[in-house]
Amino acid sequence: MSKESHTPHIVHFNTQIKVLIALLALTWLTVTIAYLDFGNLTVFIALLVAVIKSTIVLTYFMHLKFDSKILTAFLILVVVIFGVFIGLTFFDYALR
Amino acid sequence: MNKNNTITEAQAVHPFDEHRDDEASKLGMWLFLFTELILFGGLFLVYSIYRMMNPEAFAAGSLHLDVSIGAINTIVLISSSATVALSITAIQLKRKRLTINLLLFTIFAAFIFMVNKYFEWGHKFELGLFPGGDAFNALAGGEKLFYVLYYFMTGLHGLHVIIGAALIGWVAWEVKVGKQTHDNFAFLENAGLYWHLVDLIWIFLFPLMYLIS
Repeated sequence: MSKESHTPHIVHFNTQIKVLIALLALTWLTVTIAYLDFGNLTVFIALLVAVIKSTIVLTYFMHLKFDSKILTAFLILVVVIFGVFIGLTFFDYALR
Repeated sequence: MNKNNTITEAQAVHPFDEHRDDEASKLGMWLFLFTELILFGGLFLVYSIYRMMNPEAFAAGSLHLDVSIGAINTIVLISSSATVALSITAIQLKRKRLTINLLLFTIFAAFIFMVNKYFEWGHKFELGLFPGGDAFNALAGGEKLFYVLYYFMTGLHGLHVIIGAALIGWVAWEVKVGKQTHDNFAFLENAGLYWHLVDLIWIFLFPLMYLIS
């Protein structure tokens, strides 16, 4: 893409401040629920909150929402590959 | 005929136009970040497998970590991630002074993070809870594994914090001397992406190391 046609999206200050507040709230949430007993669900809930937080960081702080969609596509590919790693490794250990 | 005479209209408008492709440079940075994700992803996988094999030992090890230090460091890193994101908005709006101040705040936050880490690790070293220390040697196998992974993963992450802070410092300098401007800030964006990655990894490290017990 030539420089002339490159018009980068300017994210508002307010948007990033709101994102920061959301991330801090989720941090508070993850610490709070860690002290409640959900049994086997504890790990799952902690990871779920972490996934939500990282999605927010990727979308707004890392500008994936405003950038070329090829970056998002690559990221999804990497996550899928990592998922395959996890799946195969756990299969191996679970079936020994 | 002298070729200098055949100047096109575009060259006349931008006499010193350099070749630049911000989107490609960003894609390059992302490709590097993917290798980082897989690097830490592999470590998380090792952690998960050993945790599955030693659930009680990992829970006991996790109880010994100071949740408040971990939580403070989480807040520090998330805030510094936000200031980097804000600095990109600031440079696009041509607010140079604000851009530099936001970047300096980020470096300050990285410093606070590492000071906390120093006290946290220092306290464990005093107790002998390090590979080779007396208290460490007395632990059962599973808890040893937890501590080795704790030191390796938070240590590798800490190294990234130091590298990231150095990069942000370099970028702040380039903003100051005018090498990064409102229409040419690819290096600021890429250094910012690196800093967000550091934040991203901590988002997973914090609950897995400190909270699950």
